[in-house]
Amino acid sequence: MPDTAQRLDATEPRRGLMDALELDTRLLGMIGAFVLLCAAFNLVTDGRFLTPRNIFNITIQTVSVAIMASGMVFVIVTRHIDLSVGAVLAMASAVMGVTQTWWLIKVAGLPLGSPLIAPLTMLAGLAVGTAIGLFHGWLVGYQGIPAFIVTLGGLLVWRNVAWYTTSGQTIAPLDPTFLMFGGAEGTLGPAWSWILGALAALGAVWAIWSGRRAKLAHGFRVKPVWAETALAALVTGAILGFVAVLNAYPVPAAKLRRMFEARGEVMPEGYSIGHGLPISVLILLLVAVVMTVVARKTRLGRYIFAAGGNPDAAELSGINTRLLTVKVFGIMGFLCGLSAIVAQARLQSHPNDIGTLDELRVIAAAVIGGTALAGGVGTIYGAILGALIMQSLQSGMGMVGVDTPFQNIVVGGVLVLAVWIDIQYRKRVGMRQ
Amino acid sequence: MTPLVELIDISIAFGGIKAVDHVSVDLYPGEVVGLLGHNGAGKSTLIKCLSGAYRKDSGEIRINGRKVEIENPRDARALNIETIYQTLALADNLDAAANLFLGRELTTGFGFLDEARMEAETRRIMGRLNPNFRKFNAPVSALSGGQRQSVAIARAVYFNAKILIMDEPTAALGPQETQMVAELIGELKRQGLGIFLIDHDIHAVKELCDRAAVMKNGQLVGIVRVDEVSEDDLLGMIILGKKPDTLAA
Ligand SMILES: Nc1ncnc2c1ncn2[C@@H]1O[C@H](COP(=O)(O)OP(=O)(O)O)[C@@H](O)[C@H]1O
Ligand SMILES: [Mg+2]
Repeated sequence: MPDTAQRLDATEPRRGLMDALELDTRLLGMIGAFVLLCAAFNLVTDGRFLTPRNIFNITIQTVSVAIMASGMVFVIVTRHIDLSVGAVLAMASAVMGVTQTWWLIKVAGLPLGSPLIAPLTMLAGLAVGTAIGLFHGWLVGYQGIPAFIVTLGGLLVWRNVAWYTTSGQTIAPLDPTFLMFGGAEGTLGPAWSWILGALAALGAVWAIWSGRRAKLAHGFRVKPVWAETALAALVTGAILGFVAVLNAYPVPAAKLRRMFEARGEVMPEGYSIGHGLPISVLILLLVAVVMTVVARKTRLGRYIFAAGGNPDAAELSGINTRLLTVKVFGIMGFLCGLSAIVAQARLQSHPNDIGTLDELRVIAAAVIGGTALAGGVGTIYGAILGALIMQSLQSGMGMVGVDTPFQNIVVGGVLVLAVWIDIQYRKRVGMRQ
Repeated sequence: MTPLVELIDISIAFGGIKAVDHVSVDLYPGEVVGLLGHNGAGKSTLIKCLSGAYRKDSGEIRINGRKVEIENPRDARALNIETIYQTLALADNLDAAANLFLGRELTTGFGFLDEARMEAETRRIMGRLNPNFRKFNAPVSALSGGQRQSVAIARAVYFNAKILIMDEPTAALGPQETQMVAELIGELKRQGLGIFLIDHDIHAVKELCDRAAVMKNGQLVGIVRVDEVSEDDLLGMIILGKKPDTLAA
């Protein structure tokens, strides 16, 4: 019996190109909008928008919000919200600032510049973020306080506990190793970037191929070979193209000269080298891959989506939805800690207002990326693309000379417009929510 | 023979409403016990005490003569109790395979979800229960009422239940699908399962069940062997709330 079912299914006719590629039309729409946006800004700025330098800058400015947005997807998918992410980031940042400039040096007695400072500092930041996240999750899951209230309270509490932690001081200078996680200060250089890019491309091709093999093994319907090949080519091209652009942005000569001097050498005349992949971007990509695997390939991810789609059904299926809530907020907190590392290192200091209004950017990125506030629907790549679109919009407007209040008006309008388009789209393809 | 399930003096109240009021029912292996009663009689609430969805206020549950505490749906599943809820309890955003295995996913050696095997198993069991079912890759929100119901039924029978609870399993089904469920109940009964069947169709209860328990306003009106009563007798019990005179002691 099952064989008949499979055979019939496998021979179902394919309707057109889109069906053959099995591409997510919503994702294509977002990419299309993003490309249009970039092209428009590039036109208005006479080609200054799409330079390697500007692309590099937008990329490293996106990382912090994008990391948190991937966690916000899980929070919103389970029908919760987290208004505290900016404040938790500030709290983790404050603790890391104090840890590396005072606690490890004055209390634990490490010498300045010790190689232990950066890892211990980061551990402290991640621990603080995770602990706060777990606590929020416990209040929501086990005490039944709505997430909106818990995290609204959290916003006020942690922002100001952070203030007391540093006595309202800006903390700088920071440990030089730590600064490498911010972006421009820590890049892999062209050679390693090419190697990693090639490995990533190979990995993507392998993933496509092994997915196809698993489907064939069970006799399920697969895409035509040409479609699979085209997809692999597209992905490979995108990865290598991105590496090429980042490699094309040279390190400023003055900075190179300083680097050579630091090693007691003289910079050869005409020497130049590209930045390549920033470590912070690698962290984001790693987060994206891990979170996507969690969402799609693990029980935890399955339960997150089930609980978002129908909390009662999840509970009746034996899923411990309270513990699930704790885990989801724990992940969110951990990612706030990770974001704090990147944000603080990029700013090369801990300013008091670090992460202010990030909660709104993060929620907007997730929502623009297709995460439905009704729960049960959302993707990690969508949220990251959402963060990238918002950052590009803001940077582009900055370059064109739009003043800040008007920038905010535009971003707010785009958020509402994006959700409206999403609703229309879902209506047309007949999805619920 | 010890009963498979004994629900003894079960009570549960919501606020002031006594949804289930000192009800006792038992169930033997290979037996189908029908639960009858008007809407709001307390049938779903009673079986939810057994499936772990609700916690009883008082009373006792015995499985194979042994007293058990069922605090949540996990406890019930561990005792091989499977339930088809009236609301179906499906996650609408997930596909049939994800719903069938929800809470009991198959995984690969590395602990990742084995989607391909889960889909293959789903195709296998759906091929038996509902051979016309095709939408294996669509979220269940895209399915018809009957298709959704067959997913919920597949989930309950896939995992080798010993005790099966079916709360209005044919509510959304057409005549042909209803007939298939009737055949399925017969087959499971022959395999020695005990089945609680809640159904509004008195005719069907008389056909499929060995005994019928009638409830009204949270109380048990009586339990009768279906071959000792007529359909009119059962209807009378449901409406009047008392046993027919011929059987009243
Ligand atoms: N979760 C609940 N909260 C409050 N009242 C409930 C709940 N579940 C059931 N009830 C009440 O208990 C009574 C029995 O309902 P139910 O068991 O669903 O009846 P049936 O399944 O026989 O139609 C009804 O009065 C119903 O309103
Ligand atoms: Mg009911």
